[in-house]
Amino acid sequence: MKKKLGSQSIRFEQPPIITSTATIVGPMEGEGLLANFFDYVMADNINNYASWEKCESYMIEWAIRKAVEKDNSTLENVDYILAGDLLNQLMATHFAMRSLGRPFLGLYGACSTLAESMLIGSTLLDGGFAEKIAIAVSSHHDAAERQYRFPTEMGVQRPPISQWTVTGSGSAILSAMGEGPRVTTATVGRVIDLGIKDPNVMGPAMAPAAADTLLCHLNDTGRTPDYYDMIYTGDLGKVGKQLVIDLMQEKGINVSANYEDCGCMVYREEQDAHSGASGCASSGIVFASYLYPLLKKGDLKKILLIGTGSLHSPTSYQQKESIPCIAHAVSIEQ
Amino acid sequence: MQIFVMAFVIGGLICVIGQLLMDLTSLTPAHVLVLFVVLGGVLSGLGLYQPLVDLAGAGASVPLPGFGHALVSGTIEEIDKVGFLGVFSGALKATAVGIMAAVIFGFTMALLFNPKG
Repeated sequence: MKKKLGSQSIRFEQPPIITSTATIVGPMEGEGLLANFFDYVMADNINNYASWEKCESYMIEWAIRKAVEKDNSTLENVDYILAGDLLNQLMATHFAMRSLGRPFLGLYGACSTLAESMLIGSTLLDGGFAEKIAIAVSSHHDAAERQYRFPTEMGVQRPPISQWTVTGSGSAILSAMGEGPRVTTATVGRVIDLGIKDPNVMGPAMAPAAADTLLCHLNDTGRTPDYYDMIYTGDLGKVGKQLVIDLMQEKGINVSANYEDCGCMVYREEQDAHSGASGCASSGIVFASYLYPLLKKGDLKKILLIGTGSLHSPTSYQQKESIPCIAHAVSIEQ
Repeated sequence: MQIFVMAFVIGGLICVIGQLLMDLTSLTPAHVLVLFVVLGGVLSGLGLYQPLVDLAGAGASVPLPGFGHALVSGTIEEIDKVGFLGVFSGALKATAVGIMAAVIFGFTMALLFNPKG
């Protein structure tokens, strides 16, 4: 059977099962809206390591080990690890992989990496190339600020439109067999760049990519937004979320009833995160800690998770290039 | 008493301009820093900054444009004294105290503390 669906989508013939998830976060996330849902909240952002980057590496390794443990499995049973983070050359992920010692494919989709890894992992499973795959993403506020904007020690003021990079890591185990919600379809996004150059306004920069992928997903699958209990984007924040609603409205599709952005689900208003959360771990921790249990219990039956990534680099920013953006969608159903 | 009030008002106004530049434009703090030092230098060269220092004292000499003013006025003074060579020696002579203070305090802190993160 042909598994390609429409122009950019995939329908999995044997939908892979998400059999467990795990999350680890920093203290700020631990005091946020999802405070009660995380597996582990670190006491501070560095956890006795010498650098933010080492701490991030620790988080992604911890999350993968915990997800395997919650799956009642062992690392030896994991055929591949698909993971990524925000740092140059996937520093956090690559250093964590040294001790995990499993076949590994590094993915860079910026903040879309969770959806990207779920999409590729599901494809490997459905193709019969694996029985069990671990996916993981991480981001770290201070490490990301240092790389993409200014070192936090400089105390630079953040504009109100900016978002707060989540410190944390989320991991999930995808299995060919077992119990749990299934990844049923996926839509691979295309790079969209409408010319925004300011690395502080990534949510609005990514919104057109999210709307493009959502529209394409609906066209390819012949579904309407109300097919899903909820549609989630990864980290568009308050401004970007509204933009997606507006952009979809322009196409004559109303998503305002069942659409939310993971970036709006992490921090409380008084935590001064401004426009919301961002980073690989934004969708990573929201899915792994909050959405997955809801799907497992049946409180959510069908969701569409759209990972959104801004693919600029520190070099491209310094050369005054605009921000290319991407969004990948996976539908997860009970 | 007058000088304290003027220092507060002028120094405060300079900071308000910096804050507005960061809030209303896409300039980063680094842009504002360079802009202010250069602006202080230009105003000083035109003879407009010294009256501000006379009026507000530290309120005008401590903020960033004050550094630009020190560089330019030091250069002009030195040129008057030693001629063309002053172009190269004047700026750093006039600002030596500030620059060496930054070096000495920076060095001391680096000896006393380890960076974290």
